[in-house]
Amino acid sequence: MIKVQEQDFDIGAELASLTDGNTSVGGLGCFVGLVRDMANEEQISSMTLEHYPGMTEKQLAALEAEARDRWTLLDVLIIHRYGRLEPGDRIVLVGTTSAHREAALESCHFLIDWLKTKAPFWKLEESDTGESWVAARDSDDDAADRWSDTATQSEQKKV
Amino acid sequence: MQLLYFGWVRTKIGSGRETLDPPAEITDVRSLVEWLKQRGDGYQEALQDLETIRVAVNQEMVDLDALVSPSDEIALFPPMTGG
Repeated sequence: MIKVQEQDFDIGAELASLTDGNTSVGGLGCFVGLVRDMANEEQISSMTLEHYPGMTEKQLAALEAEARDRWTLLDVLIIHRYGRLEPGDRIVLVGTTSAHREAALESCHFLIDWLKTKAPFWKLEESDTGESWVAARDSDDDAADRWSDTATQSEQKKV
Repeated sequence: MQLLYFGWVRTKIGSGRETLDPPAEITDVRSLVEWLKQRGDGYQEALQDLETIRVAVNQEMVDLDALVSPSDEIALFPPMTGG
């Protein structure tokens, strides 16, 4: 399930809803991304996330489909916020459930790595010295590319 | 043709969305970008380095050789920074 929203989310309630009533779940993997207070050794006062409505939902749904293709998953939840956020605010939640831990943890890691480079969001940071757009990082590309090597494994799903 | 701009492409161009009617010889993304660069300093500055520009046609990522038509929604933006 994909949710693109301005409002905050309740981590406990969202994760509980992923597993409630489904006793075949053996493991839940999750990642929560938050706004950090420092960037490039500068104190950040806010971060505004811009996105491409319509395409964002499509891209996130495609990422979910890719994860489900690669691993045997019972459910996937991606919540991504947009708008003005402050340090400490939650940005993104990825939750994956499976019968076993490996698929849940690996698919969660895969999703957050691919989100970094394939979800149409752009971040504007505000600090004492003004506003600046967050640049894409090579290390994020490397992290995303790491999963490309396993693309051929979708035929034999990992559990 | 619907043009959408995001991130610093939007702030340099000074607009997030516009409807344009490019000449008939504009048939792919590369020629469209070159044509846009003639529209003013903001466009020139935003689109000068094609290495840093990502393109979506009708909300699908494409490369510079992709074809465009008057009914398309074309989005130009910097590399994405989700998560």
